[in-house]
Amino acid sequence: MQLARVIGTVVASVKNESLEGRTLLVVQTLNKDLEPAGKPMVAVDSVGAGKGDLVFWCRGKEASFPFKREDTPTDCTIIAIVDSNAHVTQA
Amino acid sequence: MIIARILGTVVSTQKDERLLGKKLLIVRPINVDGTDTTGYVVAVDTVGAGFHERVLVVAGSSARLAQGMKDIPVDAAIVGVIDTVDITAPDV
Repeated sequence: MQLARVIGTVVASVKNESLEGRTLLVVQTLNKDLEPAGKPMVAVDSVGAGKGDLVFWCRGKEASFPFKREDTPTDCTIIAIVDSNAHVTQA
Repeated sequence: MIIARILGTVVSTQKDERLLGKKLLIVRPINVDGTDTTGYVVAVDTVGAGFHERVLVVAGSSARLAQGMKDIPVDAAIVGVIDTVDITAPDV
């Protein structure tokens, strides 16, 4: 799982039926100092995140677990919204 | 998922029988601003996408979760045709 910032949205009206009704968001992965790191990705939202939110997301097959597991083709899903930047602390 | 643009098709006669009837397309990953990156992926189309369209590509084992892809040997599937990408939070 990694931290990311939601930076945009994607609209796709023609999509696989198993993705109907899902929100697609563009997320920018962040490093531990909350600076952008790597390329933005498209993620399916499972928690109601919006633009500008600090979130964390998981990749791989596990990304489909928040949904009907055998039925949602996603390799990148937002699984939680971080309360604020101040809630990310390092020892 | 990544955003990609369709570059071409692949025709394969001799293939795993579970791939029979599946459309294979060559896609190139692109940036969110629409500019090309390098490289390509062969992906199975599940939505009827066409040339030059921007599409959503799911990679890895999740590709098999798309409708009609169950137990099929694929690791990249096109699951959506993109209408718009809206980036409005520049100060990440």
